[in-house]
Amino acid sequence: MGKTLQKNPLYLCMFLLPTAAAFLIGFVIPFGIGIYLSFCKFKTMNNIKLIGIDNYVQVFSGDQVFGQSFWFTALFAIVSTIAINVIAFMVAVLLTRNFAGTNVFRTVFFMPNLMGGILLGTIWKILFNGILTNFKQTLTSNGTYGFVGLLILMIWQQVGYMMIIYVAGLQGVSDDIKEAARIDGANDKQILFKITIPLVMPSISMCTFLTITNGFKLFDQNLSLTGGEPMHNTEMLALNIYNTFYGRVGYMGVGQAKAVVFFLLVGAIAILQLKLTQSKEAD
Amino acid sequence: MKKRLALILASAMLVTSAVAGLASCKSGGAGGEGGSSEKGHVYYLNFKPEVDGIWQDLAKKYTEETGITVDITTAADGKYEETLASEISKADAPTLFQINGPTGLANWKDYCYDLSDAAVTKELTDKAYALNDADGATRGIAYVTESYGLITNTKLLKEAGYEITDITNFESLKKVAEDITAKKAAGEINFSAFTNASLTSGDWWRMQTHLANLPLYYEYKDGNVDPGVGLQEIKGTYMDNFRQILDLYLDNATCERSVAASKKIDDARTEFVNGEAVFYQNGSWEYNKDSGLMDMELGFLPIYIGVEGEENQSVCTGTENFWAVNSQASEEDIQATLDFLEWAVTDDEVTKVMADDMGFSIPFKNAKPVSNKLTLMANDMVSGGKTNVSWALITMPSQAWKDNLGSFMAAYASDKTDEAWDGVVKAYVDNWKVEKDLVAEATKD
Repeated sequence: MGKTLQKNPLYLCMFLLPTAAAFLIGFVIPFGIGIYLSFCKFKTMNNIKLIGIDNYVQVFSGDQVFGQSFWFTALFAIVSTIAINVIAFMVAVLLTRNFAGTNVFRTVFFMPNLMGGILLGTIWKILFNGILTNFKQTLTSNGTYGFVGLLILMIWQQVGYMMIIYVAGLQGVSDDIKEAARIDGANDKQILFKITIPLVMPSISMCTFLTITNGFKLFDQNLSLTGGEPMHNTEMLALNIYNTFYGRVGYMGVGQAKAVVFFLLVGAIAILQLKLTQSKEAD
Repeated sequence: MKKRLALILASAMLVTSAVAGLASCKSGGAGGEGGSSEKGHVYYLNFKPEVDGIWQDLAKKYTEETGITVDITTAADGKYEETLASEISKADAPTLFQINGPTGLANWKDYCYDLSDAAVTKELTDKAYALNDADGATRGIAYVTESYGLITNTKLLKEAGYEITDITNFESLKKVAEDITAKKAAGEINFSAFTNASLTSGDWWRMQTHLANLPLYYEYKDGNVDPGVGLQEIKGTYMDNFRQILDLYLDNATCERSVAASKKIDDARTEFVNGEAVFYQNGSWEYNKDSGLMDMELGFLPIYIGVEGEENQSVCTGTENFWAVNSQASEEDIQATLDFLEWAVTDDEVTKVMADDMGFSIPFKNAKPVSNKLTLMANDMVSGGKTNVSWALITMPSQAWKDNLGSFMAAYASDKTDEAWDGVVKAYVDNWKVEKDLVAEATKD
């Protein structure tokens, strides 16, 4: 039966078709149209004019905010990736020890991940402003507050998700190996760094991939927490693209071109990161 | 080899299913249109969430009377342009939508039907309510005029020892406001002069659009510029006045000026309704059942910014709500939409609904008189000989310009220095030309 399934083209089609169709309609086609649109001037989809690379020229010469957004986003992605993964890993290590209530804690840590980004941003904005008002400041008084605020929000939201992946990875590490190491005289620190971490490396590359791309793509939380304030200081790439697209008459093509540049950037960085962490994975 | 066969088969199936899908789509669409092809149908993309329900009822009524379907969809607050951009690309696009003035017209000119000879245009009380393009053809119809100024809690003002008639210019407004602040500090009263300025992004339009209209209006007035057309470049003659009114708002408010950037309009309204502030800069649209303003003793003051002769100034009355008919809709649908509009502005019952329930002041000959108290006060000022301040704000270059200005105003709120103010001036004056040029460049054919 297994053989028939693999070899029979009819079965193959039957099983592949729905996903392939969904992927084509929901991803490949819009993606292709998107790239085409980045070379066009358009207002709606019925009204498209090819104009060549003008939009791309605008991306790099038009306003300075895009460059500023890129550096802000890159910094945020790096800091948040490190912070989220370190914390998530620590929580996962704690919650794989045997004590009562680990499942309750895992659920609690995971829950923020179930909420929508806009909602989270709004809630945290109220919280932060509630505290900062006492010092006659607001979350948007300066860019650093916004950065730290976004960081806290993202850590709070994502640690739970990454923790689940790490928990799964950690549970796959056999106690036998650790016991053998202990008998050989390894201490806790050595076991962690020489045994556990190398063995959960696949989880680590998975999680760093997710967090770094999340960091770069961040939009909802950015929009609702700071809205890019003050003075575009906390405007990340995705929000900058959104503002370009809708901010001025006739700038949709430029926004689209920015989106393509954005895709190339995030793609390149993600591939680089995968190469880097995968090379450390134990076979 | 088999793999390749599978791939070919898969793609063949995909193509056929996709084509089948499209075909079924098309036949479905044709079927839908078939029913209404003789009569056409109306699809209105409404801008004002607060009156969505009322439009739905009117649509039902129209369908009962004429058999023509009217669909009403309302865009989420602050997301109209985005919604319109996506809706209008659809096969079943809005036949009736809204543009916000010359800037909106530039944006949607390819979609605005020539309304010069339409019946609804002839119903306008004044030609000024028709939005014309460069060739003089009418592309938009103002369907509601609105007024904004300083909504005043006259009861509190009396408690502070003043009458609304005491305030006739910036000097007297400043005196009253600062006296209220002093009395509050001394513990004699427990309310402030102004509500917070709600300078959080997305909620700052009271400041970066409405308050910013005043220096622009006076500059246009000095140069005899038509406030419906505007300028490509401005001088910023009244920026100092802009600063002093903003400072007055911020320094005499319910909150410290440094936290104004965290406040929303809802916060400001709540403060006003709860009697925490005497003045609340906002407009006639606030006067509805839900806001709580209907139960208060209200006065309506012009926004004085310290310009000579401003004693004769009224509140700001104008509109940024223009109906436009989708020129790319089918002929039947266009006709149906025009008929619907004519009905909406001439039918007694409908105009009554618009006046009483929506609180609109509608500029059509057959319109019922408005019952909105703020609008009535605004009308009284003008009929009493005061000069209306028009909405020069409809010539502001772009949303990007407004948001950038708001950003700098928020920064100035927490940093009351000349440097920070320079930022506001640059965002207002220098950036005006930059944004106008960007838009001109992008919209030229």
